[in-house]
Amino acid sequence: MTGRIHSFQSLGTLDGPGVRFVVFMQGCPLRCLCCHNPDTWDASGGEEFTAEEIFQKMLRFRPYFSSIGGITVSGGEPLLQSDFVYELFSMCQECGISTCLDTSGCFPERGKLLDVCDTVLLDIKMTTPEEYLSFSGCDMSKPLRFLDMLEEHGVDTWIRQVIIPGLNDNRGNIERLNNLISGKSCIKKVELLPFRKLCTEKYRELGIDFPLADTPEATAGTIKTLSSMLRY
Amino acid sequence: MDHIQWNGFKPGIWQEQIDVRDFILTNVTPYSGDESFLAGPTERTSRLMEKLNALLDAERAAGGVLGIDTEHVSSLTTYQPGYLDRENEIIVGLQTSSPLVRGVNPFGGIRMARNACEAYGYKLSDKIEDEFQYRTTHNDGVYRVYSDEMRKARKSAVITGLPDAYGRGRIIGDYRRAALYGIDRLISEKQKDKAKIAAEDLDAEKIRLLEELYQQINFLGKLKEMAAMYGYDISLPASNAREAAQWTYFAYLGSIKEQNGAAMSLGRVSTFLDIYIERDMKNGILDESGAQEIIDDFVMKLRMARHLRTPEYNELFGGDPMWITESLGGMAEDGRTLVSKSSFRFLHTLYNLGPAPEPNLTVLWSADLPESFKRYCAKVSSDTDSIQYENDDLMRKIYGDDYAIACCVSAMKIGKQMQFFGARCNLPKLLLLALNGGYDVTSGIAIGPQHEVMDAETLDYDAVCARLNEYRSWLCRLYVNTMNAIHYMHDKYAYEKTQMALHDTNVERFMAFGVAGLSVFVDSLSAIKYATVRPIRDENGYITEFDTVGSFPMFGNDDDRVDDIARQNLRLMIEELRKTPAYRGAIHTLSVLTITSNVVYGKKTGSTPDGRKKGEPFAPGANPMHGREKNGALASLNSVAKLPYECCRDGISNTFSIVPDTLGKSSDERITNLVSILSGYFAQNAHHINVNVLNREMLLAAYENPDLYPNLTIRVSGYAVNFHKLSREQQREVLMRTFHEAL
Repeated sequence: MTGRIHSFQSLGTLDGPGVRFVVFMQGCPLRCLCCHNPDTWDASGGEEFTAEEIFQKMLRFRPYFSSIGGITVSGGEPLLQSDFVYELFSMCQECGISTCLDTSGCFPERGKLLDVCDTVLLDIKMTTPEEYLSFSGCDMSKPLRFLDMLEEHGVDTWIRQVIIPGLNDNRGNIERLNNLISGKSCIKKVELLPFRKLCTEKYRELGIDFPLADTPEATAGTIKTLSSMLRY
Repeated sequence: MDHIQWNGFKPGIWQEQIDVRDFILTNVTPYSGDESFLAGPTERTSRLMEKLNALLDAERAAGGVLGIDTEHVSSLTTYQPGYLDRENEIIVGLQTSSPLVRGVNPFGGIRMARNACEAYGYKLSDKIEDEFQYRTTHNDGVYRVYSDEMRKARKSAVITGLPDAYGRGRIIGDYRRAALYGIDRLISEKQKDKAKIAAEDLDAEKIRLLEELYQQINFLGKLKEMAAMYGYDISLPASNAREAAQWTYFAYLGSIKEQNGAAMSLGRVSTFLDIYIERDMKNGILDESGAQEIIDDFVMKLRMARHLRTPEYNELFGGDPMWITESLGGMAEDGRTLVSKSSFRFLHTLYNLGPAPEPNLTVLWSADLPESFKRYCAKVSSDTDSIQYENDDLMRKIYGDDYAIACCVSAMKIGKQMQFFGARCNLPKLLLLALNGGYDVTSGIAIGPQHEVMDAETLDYDAVCARLNEYRSWLCRLYVNTMNAIHYMHDKYAYEKTQMALHDTNVERFMAFGVAGLSVFVDSLSAIKYATVRPIRDENGYITEFDTVGSFPMFGNDDDRVDDIARQNLRLMIEELRKTPAYRGAIHTLSVLTITSNVVYGKKTGSTPDGRKKGEPFAPGANPMHGREKNGALASLNSVAKLPYECCRDGISNTFSIVPDTLGKSSDERITNLVSILSGYFAQNAHHINVNVLNREMLLAAYENPDLYPNLTIRVSGYAVNFHKLSREQQREVLMRTFHEAL
């Protein structure tokens, strides 16, 4: 089957373990305020590829994976094309290539895909239902339900959150995050990522207002301080 | 044969004949542990380094040249001994009588020497001017035989960077022989060779060799004299680690006093010296701190080596480079690693003495290297940007396990092979010449087969290739013959006596040709093949611009449609070169390497069909053009990895710059990922990579205020430079060039 793909990055080192080939899927109905890939929103954009074609492309980078690297499917929102991702990941796993899904967890997933994910990067964008909804346009119960499924399936999970000055760069947020993820043995890592504005140019090109244009980037110091409060 | 200095070494063939490789394989102690054993600088080392840093500051303040000795002609015994700090140095010897003061070497060409002096406010002494009135230099010789066409090829810069006015370099003496055997033994072996040849029927080739042997023996004698001036008798083997480093350094020092070759590399000395260090440690006369001190001091001396160059030369080969390349690591043919503790110690000098471009530390990378060494190299790369990597698994098959790299990427068996350095030809210019029927618009010179300008509304790929074939064939013949003239004259008037004395008498020779602008050239052909390219003519009817419509695959995206064009053209190039015999039976080789001259070559080349505008720089070496990669850094590495080493035996250079954040979040992750990247790249038979892990912000700051970043070292094609020593243009080019930064 085919999927709509936005782009590829042959050298991914930030989205999952080791060196990874990253596939950015096209299409996402969320409108997170800090989104740095607005060019992936339109579900009719991008280019169509078969899972086999992507698999072949990925194989070209296999020599760089060592024992821990592999493929990461990001987006956009990969869960919107989960049958496609399932087919792609199944092929990868058959060859012993590690698979990693980078998702908001905001969309229903029956669980089949999780059987072929070695690692899932789950973005917990905000930590109160109100903030979550106004930030992303989605109900916070969805990613939390997704996290429960990850726990049931025993999939290695990295929790991620973008720290945005003025929005969630406070102790209360980290404490709530600690509570949301507590007791989940599937969680192997929690990463706080600094809000950055490298995407400003993309917004300008697309003629879309960047809602956080006036928000400052998060400093390394803030990330360090908040990270020290994490418990998992 | 035996010497008291050899006590404690395992005996072998190396005692009976000159065979340093056998000595190493018989006595090496491979090391697979980590770097935790290393020692920091001693107080003495730090003091010396302070002194050297002050001199380097003074050199920078003086505009790049601290001083020139205009009274003497540089050679082994022409200067009184010089010291950095006589009381405290443990390895001694300077090129002239004073640190960082440059000697004059007019054997390559008196004009170049004169101009270089004047460029820095000095005047060549009348004494030297007088002497050289009655001497033929290499440059004189070459110009006596250059044809009109050769001069035009040179002037239009379709062939460029020719070593016809300075030492050709790219020759590595086996400097270790001085330490292992002592000079007397080397002299007696050469005398035996000479007697044997003298007894044969003499033809021109043999008579030349006989005279060369006479000169070699003569200069081995001078090497002893030079050492004696410093109070050392090097007629016998070195008896301990410090002496081994000292003897080896004397042999190198003699060579760079005698010659001003473009790249005079050191070879592969670290594991050789390690054997002496291990023995001294076993004998209880040396500890780790003392061992590191010897290496630190040796490396300090190498960092002080200088040649006098003209500003034009520096524009071509930016950063005042010496290419004192030291090859580290690699594997032995028997499967053991040749990584020793001293491989670590050499890398560790970058911490003890601070980062620096020289010596040009080159890691011979094998999949089988000890993991801890791989990780240490990756760490040093991340911290210092000062090392490069070359594929030992690829080269060992061809050169065995005692080869080294000359200059940036040129492999040769130490003491058994040498090369005739052949500069490079400008491929994009060749394409433009072909399109314009043998007229170079940039220089206004008509050269090559004369035809009508290609007359077509849009360029047809097959027609362009057919014409290119004719011009390639013309150029390659001219190129080989030009090199033959240059190297005949270099042998005749500026023969490398000291270095060749440290080779076997019968050596294998390479003639190393090169291409520049590969990515511009293949992207241009790709544009012609896959897009629509309409040539635009000037008022004289010559094509000067192109209107390229539509998309076309570009080199650097792991796309076979264009990568195959690159492969195919390199094959055609070497096949065509081989059709004209090379001087002294040399084997034709080819490199894809530009050093920093990609900037100058671009400046001299008109607009090209790939969209590059007139005068814009080429990408360096085999690099894809910046901004044309759509799929990230590894796709770019994959494209370069496809270039066939069997066609490019003189090396394929790739410079890879990445910002730390793109390589991973923690230092540990960055090291792991860099090791993965290097492993993946070399597993695909790629040849070479320079690694820079640096922030764009820092480079920008260094560009604005070069003086605030005196030690900022970065890797460019095949070597490292101090950023502040590059021209403004070269600095800008480095800034613009791809930083592999994921957004």
